[in-house]
Amino acid sequence: MVANVGYFSLVLAFVVALYGAGAAAYGARRRKPAFVESARHALLLTWPLVSVAALTIIVLLVRGEYEIAYVASVTSNAMPPYLRITALWGGQAGSLVFWSWLMSAFASAVGLRKWSRDRDLLPWVIVATMVTLSFFLSLVIFFENPFARLWLSPEGQQLTALFRPAGASPIFPSDGQGLNPLLRHPGMIIHPPMLYLGFVSFVIPFAFAIGALVTGRTDDRWIRITRRWTLVAWLFLSLGLILGGRWAYDVLGWGGYWGWDPVEIAAFMPWLSGTAFLHSVMIQEKRRMLKQWNMVLIILTYALVIFGTFLTRSGVLSSVHAFAQSAIGPMFFGFIGLTFVISVSLLIHRWDALKGENQLQSMLSRESLFLLNNLLFMGILVVCFWGVIFPLLSELFTGQKVTLGPQFYEPATGPLFAALLLLMGVAPLSAWGGRSWRVLGRAIWLPTLLSLAVPVVLLLQGVALWPALLGYWLVGFVALVTLYEFWRGAMARHRRGENLPLALWRLAGRNRRRYGGYVIHLGVVVMAIGIIGIEFFQTETQGTLAQGEQLTLGRYVMTYDTLAQWDEPDGRNITRAVISVYQDGRRVGELHPRRDYYYASQQPMTIPGVRATLEGDLYMLLVGWEPIATEGATFKVYQNPVVNFVWFGGLVFILGTLVAAWPEREAEYALATAPARRRDAAAEGAAE
Amino acid sequence: MKPRLLRLFLLLVGLLLWMPVSAGAQEGEPTDDEVNAIAHQLYCPVCENIPLDVCPTQACVQWRGTIRQMLREGRTEEEIKDYFVQQYGERVLATPPARGFNWLAYVIPPAAFLGGAIVLAQTMRRWRRPAREEAASPAPQAEDPFIERLEQELRKRA
Repeated sequence: MVANVGYFSLVLAFVVALYGAGAAAYGARRRKPAFVESARHALLLTWPLVSVAALTIIVLLVRGEYEIAYVASVTSNAMPPYLRITALWGGQAGSLVFWSWLMSAFASAVGLRKWSRDRDLLPWVIVATMVTLSFFLSLVIFFENPFARLWLSPEGQQLTALFRPAGASPIFPSDGQGLNPLLRHPGMIIHPPMLYLGFVSFVIPFAFAIGALVTGRTDDRWIRITRRWTLVAWLFLSLGLILGGRWAYDVLGWGGYWGWDPVEIAAFMPWLSGTAFLHSVMIQEKRRMLKQWNMVLIILTYALVIFGTFLTRSGVLSSVHAFAQSAIGPMFFGFIGLTFVISVSLLIHRWDALKGENQLQSMLSRESLFLLNNLLFMGILVVCFWGVIFPLLSELFTGQKVTLGPQFYEPATGPLFAALLLLMGVAPLSAWGGRSWRVLGRAIWLPTLLSLAVPVVLLLQGVALWPALLGYWLVGFVALVTLYEFWRGAMARHRRGENLPLALWRLAGRNRRRYGGYVIHLGVVVMAIGIIGIEFFQTETQGTLAQGEQLTLGRYVMTYDTLAQWDEPDGRNITRAVISVYQDGRRVGELHPRRDYYYASQQPMTIPGVRATLEGDLYMLLVGWEPIATEGATFKVYQNPVVNFVWFGGLVFILGTLVAAWPEREAEYALATAPARRRDAAAEGAAE
Repeated sequence: MKPRLLRLFLLLVGLLLWMPVSAGAQEGEPTDDEVNAIAHQLYCPVCENIPLDVCPTQACVQWRGTIRQMLREGRTEEEIKDYFVQQYGERVLATPPARGFNWLAYVIPPAAFLGGAIVLAQTMRRWRRPAREEAASPAPQAEDPFIERLEQELRKRA
């Protein structure tokens, strides 16, 4: 009964979304504002409708109604209520509903804004968001129905269908299979919603871009309206990626946080194009350049958002053939193709109108450096995209499956990341419009020289790996330049009588985007410390020990004390070893690497024992053991130097994004007071 | 000492000397680290995208056993990798050998990057020209006092 309510509201939402898209387009074409207004109401109605569906699923999950196939596949009696709620995004059908729910929420938020100045964009924003929403809803309604029930056919076969198949009788299982154990981690509970929030919020700037293309409004109004949306999208996407990395580090048990797995890259690609977009829209706002390119970037980002969902949801990654078998794979493929072709044709149609005032006064201007930044981001994107699709192409054309592991991505992207770091150091010293070599040289020589101290000190300490030295030099260089920017700005205010902390606070507060951006750069620098550390200096060893025996890695000695095995009430069997850790002969603690075995899903999980310090992590895995514990167990130990800088850097990074995205009261004030036709200029003045 | 006793003594000494040598040969048993160094470069065809050295499944444990066995037999790293390629295809390698169709995997990204760089360089050159022409004409006047004040403020802030 409850399930029927959910299904009905999904169908209704689908019809309403389709109507909204149709009415908006009709109203805009025939200049009938009543239709557009009706379409806006339809858009606002989708959110309550999809909410009812999502809530219905949650109710079914929490109540454990296992006659619903989805509930039986992702929950079990042993799961606590909070995990049952998060099971909404723990499986295919639920996560597609969740995606749709976020999409309708964001579309409604946009629908509720004041449209007085941008009436002409409204219908096309409705079309773009509602078409996207109805596509996702159609997947749930026609292919991956979360409300389908389990039935037993007269032949004794188990069926999954919404309505009773002829002669079949309903099944009421007493327990479900439970959530994939890998997903029962705090990082994994928050990671998918963050990623989806990021994905979905990128649809909004895309929708406005489409609006601008259709209506021919070639000014940068769409960029100004969606600036904050883009930042919010980017914030969530970054957060999703960082949390995903943390989850992999804690749960997957291979000693790292990023394995260049296609699923990771699927989320990383829209982040790359989105980052390029964030930078290049600044050129359009400041210099009225790159109107065409920004359109290309946002269309690409939207396509990559859908492509990312497609990669993770269609099964295409395991095999091209699995993709053909899954019902939603070809649907996704068609939708990506269709939206991409339509957007690109619109762009080509407006290409000349978007020519803009492209001119460069100097190759050393900030806009030139931003262009280089875009080239590098696109370079990394190409490597990622090609790395993900090449194995599929290979299987398709030669029948031969191939693997592209980190050994493919790292040498290809490493130099590009290094070049990005270099740009990050040089760009703050440059100026819009440009500087001469002499002026830039004068600004640059001191930080260059000072930051050389970093590799020199490392060299003296015996670090003799030139790529790492180069990396740490760049880290020092960027950190110095960025911190100096803060110092310069704060001192200027300080001289006018503000105390230094207040000066810093106000500085960041008045120029949120600029200084938020610098904080993000500092976050990247701190993360880079950790990434270079684990990339070049990770060490590992493995050994089979009898109780009392030792394993040595660097300055650490690990003694295998005991091993215990027991059952948990939540359906797990835990095998846990106790290891004493000695550093330079002194006992510094205990590690508890363990292996959890989930009976229901027959899935083992390797949970590392970690000793985390600022200096680095000692990361120990229980690889295997003999049935009689005294006979020995096999352990693998990693020493991950400075890895925790990755997480600290991530925090700084997120903080910086919050600073940049925080609403600016002053900008609103300027908007209200300045004459209407100068509003854009005033907003720019207040923002910078 | 009688010659027979001497011979026995020498035999014992020889045995004692020989035993550590054979124990040394026993230590030639490949270590886990040696096995992992090779396994790290391989992927099993079952568990997708997980390097063989860290894969926890039973199948992968057996594969690592195979590597250990082959090391024990004195096979080189290359021979072991070749064996796995022959058995399970090129997908077991972390990167496919650069020949035939696979060649494209390595050529396309740098070619695309180079293409992008060339397009960017040309675009930047084209965009510089009007700027030079404009430099000869006087700087455009601000059209109204509001913009002028804004410009001033901006200059002050910069």
